[in-house]
Formats: sequence, C-alpha cells, structure tokens
Amino acid sequence: MSTTRPAPHAPRATSGLVDDETTGIPSFEASGGDWSEIAEEAARLGEERIVVNMGPQHPSTHGVLRLMLEIDGETVTEARAGIGYLHTGIEKNMEFRTWTQGVTFCTRMDYVAPLFQEAAYCLAVEKLLGVTADVPERASVIRVLMMELNRITSHLVCLATGGNELGATTIMTVGFTAREEILKIFELISGLRMNHAYIRPGGVAQDVPAGGVEATREALKNVEHYLRQLEDLMLANPILQLRLKDVGVLNLAGCMALGVTGPMLRSAGLPYDVRKTDPYCGYETYEFDVPTVTSEDAWGRVEVRLEEIYQSIKICRQALDRLEKEPGPVMVADRKIAWPAQLAIGADGMGNSLAHIKEIMGTSMEALIHHFKLVTEGFRVPAGQVWQTVEHPRGELGVHLVSDGGTRPYRAHFRDPSFNNLQATSIVCEGGQVADVVVAVASIDPVLGGVDR
Amino acid sequence: MSDEKTPDELKKDAAQAVKPGEGTTEAQRTTATALEAGSQHLPEGGRTTLDVVAVRQGLFGARDSGDTSGFGGLVSTVALPGPSERPYGGWFDEVVDVLAELLDASGTGFANAVESVVVDRGELTLNVVRDHVVEVCRHLRDDQDLRFELGLGVSGVHYPHDTGRELHAVYHLTSVTHSRRLRLEVAVSEADPHIPSTTGVYPGHDWHERETFDFFGIVFDGHPGLARIEMPDDWPGHPQRKDYPLGGIPVEYKGATVPPADQRRSYS
Repeated sequence: MSTTRPAPHAPRATSGLVDDETTGIPSFEASGGDWSEIAEEAARLGEERIVVNMGPQHPSTHGVLRLMLEIDGETVTEARAGIGYLHTGIEKNMEFRTWTQGVTFCTRMDYVAPLFQEAAYCLAVEKLLGVTADVPERASVIRVLMMELNRITSHLVCLATGGNELGATTIMTVGFTAREEILKIFELISGLRMNHAYIRPGGVAQDVPAGGVEATREALKNVEHYLRQLEDLMLANPILQLRLKDVGVLNLAGCMALGVTGPMLRSAGLPYDVRKTDPYCGYETYEFDVPTVTSEDAWGRVEVRLEEIYQSIKICRQALDRLEKEPGPVMVADRKIAWPAQLAIGADGMGNSLAHIKEIMGTSMEALIHHFKLVTEGFRVPAGQVWQTVEHPRGELGVHLVSDGGTRPYRAHFRDPSFNNLQATSIVCEGGQVADVVVAVASIDPVLGGVDR
Repeated sequence: MSDEKTPDELKKDAAQAVKPGEGTTEAQRTTATALEAGSQHLPEGGRTTLDVVAVRQGLFGARDSGDTSGFGGLVSTVALPGPSERPYGGWFDEVVDVLAELLDASGTGFANAVESVVVDRGELTLNVVRDHVVEVCRHLRDDQDLRFELGLGVSGVHYPHDTGRELHAVYHLTSVTHSRRLRLEVAVSEADPHIPSTTGVYPGHDWHERETFDFFGIVFDGHPGLARIEMPDDWPGHPQRKDYPLGGIPVEYKGATVPPADQRRSYS
C-alpha cells in the first residue's frame, strides 16, 4: 500500500475556540460541590436561556460524550451530541495489520461488548474467503455462547450504570457483581476479561478448557440469582418508575428514520433482531424469543434488556448442552487459514504448547516455515467486498470489509450501533427536563469506544 | 523486444529486469494483456474496464534486496469483481426489475442511473450514478415491493488506482419487510468529490455522511450540517485516504528498533 505523500500539514491539537462570537458571553465552570455562587450570578444576569456543556468528562455521560444543552429554566430546548473524543483510528490501523491481527484491533472498539466486533469481523473475513460453511460446528457454538454471555454483561453494565447515574448505587453494585461472574468465565475461556481477541477468522483461538462448561453453568446460576435481585430492585421501584416512564420517548417511525436498532427499536414494538431475520453462527437452531414492549420509553428499554438477559441465558444453556455432547475441532481444517499456534497453559501462563514448539523447532522445518509465514505474512483474501451484520447488545453492528487480494484489509468499516443511535440524542432529550437527559442518554446506552473507534 | 538492440543490450535489459521496481527496460515492460492475465476476476471477453484497486510488483514485498526468488519482475493487477450477467439469482432479479421499472417510469431511465449490477459472494451491489442516488434511494425505500426502509449507513473507500473514480461512497440498505440487504456504490473523482446527500430519504445517514466527509473528503451536497465528526474541526486532510500516512514513531526495545506500522514490510 502506498503511503508516501505526507499530509499537507502536520497534524496538531486543536486550540480552544476564541473568536468574536464567544468573547463577551458570561461563562461559568462548574464541577462538584456547591453551585450557589453560579446560581446567584446567573440570577443576577437575569438570563433564562443558558447553554450548558455537559461533558466530555462527566460521570453520567458514559465516557467522553459531550452534550450541548440549551436550557430554558429546567427545560431542554435543544440538545446536541458531540463525539470524537475517543477516536483512535482503529479502522485505519487495521489496514496495516494482517487479517488475523485485525481481531485484536476491532475487539477494542466497543469495549463493553468486544466479542460482537470479533464475531462480526471474523464472519465477514470468512465470507470474503468463502469458508463460511467450513467453520466447524463447535466453533460456532462457542461463538454463540461467548456472544450471549457478552450480551448479558453488556446489558448488566447498561442497567447498572443507568441506575448509578440516578443515584441508585445498589443497582450498580448488584449489576456489576453479576457481571463479574461472567467476566471470570471469559477469563477462564479466553484468558482475558476484555479485549479477548478470542474469535479468529476460521474459528476460535482455542477450545473451552476442561471444566469450562460446568463453571459456566454455575456462573449462569449465580447470574440468575443476582438478576432476580436486580429485577426486584428495579421493576417494583416507584422512584425508578417515576424517573423512567415516559422519558426518552422515541416511536417506531422515529427509530426507522434514524436507523435506530436494538433494544431501542424493540421498545417501540418492532421485533427486529438480526439473529432471527438474517441468522449467523447457527442462531436459527436455537430456541429463543425476541422480547418487545410498546411503551417507547426508557422504562420499556429496561424491561426489554432484562428480558433479553433471560433469553441469552436460555441460549447459553442450549449452547452448553451442545458443547457437552461431543468434542470437535474449533478451527477450519484449511491449514492455509487456520492459525498455527496451539495454545496451552504452562507454569508461566498461557502460551504455545510445548508439544507444538518441540515439533516446529525440533522435528519439522516445514512446520516451522509454515508457522512463521502464516504468523508474519498472514493469509491472502480474494479481492472483493462484503457486508456482515450481527445483533449487538446495542443494535445492528455492521462490518464492511474490502479486500484487494492481499494479506491485509484494504478497508475495514464498522457501523457501530452506538454511533448511529446517538443521533437520537436530540429527539429523546429535547422538550424534557435537564434531569431527564441523564435517563434518556442512559437508555440509548452508548459506549464511546464503539462510537468513536 | 525490439530488433535494433544488440545482444549485449538485451543481456543488460534482462539483468535490469530482475531488479524489482525498475520498470523502464524492455524486458520489464508488461503489456496490457499481461496485466489482464495476471489479474483476479478477469471479465469474460474483456467487456468492461477493470475496477483496478492495486498493482503489485514482485512477491513477498521485498524491494530492498536482490531478486532471490526470481519473481521480482512479476507485475499483477488486482481488480474487484466485475459486473454480473442476468440471471442474478434469488430475489436480486426481482429487485432490479422493479427498480428498473420505477426508474424508467420516472423518466430517469435505469441505464442512466445504474452503471452496473454486481453480484458477488451472495450480495447485491448497484453502482449508481451520483446524480440519481437520491432518486434510487427514494424508490428503494418507498416502493412496496422493495421497502428498503432501514438505511444502515454510509462508508467510504479510497481506491487511488481507480482513476477518475477514486472515492467510493457505499450505502448499506436493509429491508425489514422482506429481510433483504442491498448495497449502493457511488464513485466520484478526487477532483470533484460531490455526491447529493441521502439524508432526505434516510435521516439516519446524517452522522454517517459526516463521518465519510471527515475521513474521505466526500462532500455530500444538501447535507444539513456537513461538519467533521470524529476529527477536530480544524484538522487538515482526510485521514482514511490511502495517501494519508498512518503515523507513529519507531519504538526501541532492548537495542532493536521497531519501525511504525506503515513503514514495516508489506507482503501484499
């Protein structure tokens, strides 16, 4: 790839905006503590119309989201979202790494639901390679298991932080305790709590370790226990009902126009779920429902997410049953694609198995060359482009991959559901109270790592 | 090879030829036929121009040493899958037929609006002329037999080798009603990177078009507020273009230096 011509000007940081329009306007800087001085000064100025900059560093904006609110008294008359504070150029970086290394990058986009990016990306690479049908059954089952576990953790984070932002710390602690159970399973199976890079083009990095299935069953039991606590805390809570009902309303027409998918769309009554409409990884063989409500508000989204967790647990149990039945390969048989490493846990942590090292270093020079070539150079993917979507906890995640026939993606684009859904910020916030902004944004459930990529 | 050359000169040419990257000698020169023969997805009978995305020289990406493999003089072009012939298969024919009917009825004409239809890997792509992209979107969204009511976004691709059509905007449409997916592709040149905005049909394309403008410099005319979205407002250049460097610094570790990712050897 040609990267010879430098940018016209060297990139630099942006300085603060100071011009004729911004000078002379009274501005205040508010942080924690008492704001009575600011309130007095605002009252003295007698200006009812105030523009409030919420974020980008604010605990209730889910990361570095910047909200610009124009408020009249307590009413939000205009709301705008500013993003880009977490843009790290992951898509550009992926163009300079092999197809397999791409997984390590895209897993870091939406860090609350990393396995969905991995799965979507790998499905897209497999479609480009034309090996979709060759991916072993067991690998698909493990992918489904990992994705559904991840959906549970993601929804738990959404509910927990949403509660925390309203001052309900117990909702947060219960939610995160439940999530911890699954993070332990992630660590057991993939070796990492997040940024797993576990799903690889052609299958998964390694099989579920011995005892993994039993541990997952146990964890799911614990999650159900915490989930019932969470339900009791949330669904029967009159304060939460008052705060969430009829707040952040977005109807079906609004959702479709803005391309909003996921729990927000299902809270408007449409049971659109990619797992049902365009199944991948064998989702058509699992029994589960797509929960919907018709309240179109933040409360409905809480109900949908809670029910989706139960459905995910149901899918996880079916996947675990299949994993118990019989062992099998977890990577395509084609040695030109399959990652050559054989991971094993040694005294110093996880690494290549000693048997594999012994083979490539001691007995087979061809195996060593093969390992070296595949790891450093990677495999070639026939030229073309594909579009693959999966049902992400926040909506429809799309991956647009273009290959130029080389060992690296020519272009990798991720249509992140949070990015798209954040466009609804204005419509769900405007006309409401300032305090409802927090609820409305929490019900969109944006994760800025995915938004900015 | 030309007749007037002496054997000595020819020998010199051959010696030059094995030095990769020096394509000035006769032995090195590759004919258009050879370029096509070496390309992937060669269209039958040479009907259309190739959608060339890359031209490769040699193998293994080794350009800094002698040609030990003997493949140093190899020149090959890579092209994306070309236009497909009917029948496209499945529901693709039906959708194209309905769209053709609507476009012909409106006076635009299918042939004027849609450059080509590509079916590859079970996916349907319509290459649309930029002036008619909004009309095509409107038909795709509104007609009851099409109903692509969900616009999932716009992404850009930069093909510096696709002369005169360097910048592509790719629209991903979904029909919830019929469970179908379709891709529209609009190509424009770097010199005139203007495409009419589709936000009037799919309001959700607002941020996606801003992102594509930000990263590729494609100007979506009629967009309600085409500002940068990820990069700072005063950022120079469009980072996802192929001629924009990735950046990075060499990293020293235990005495050895690892160059930044875009300066490492590329095997492609």
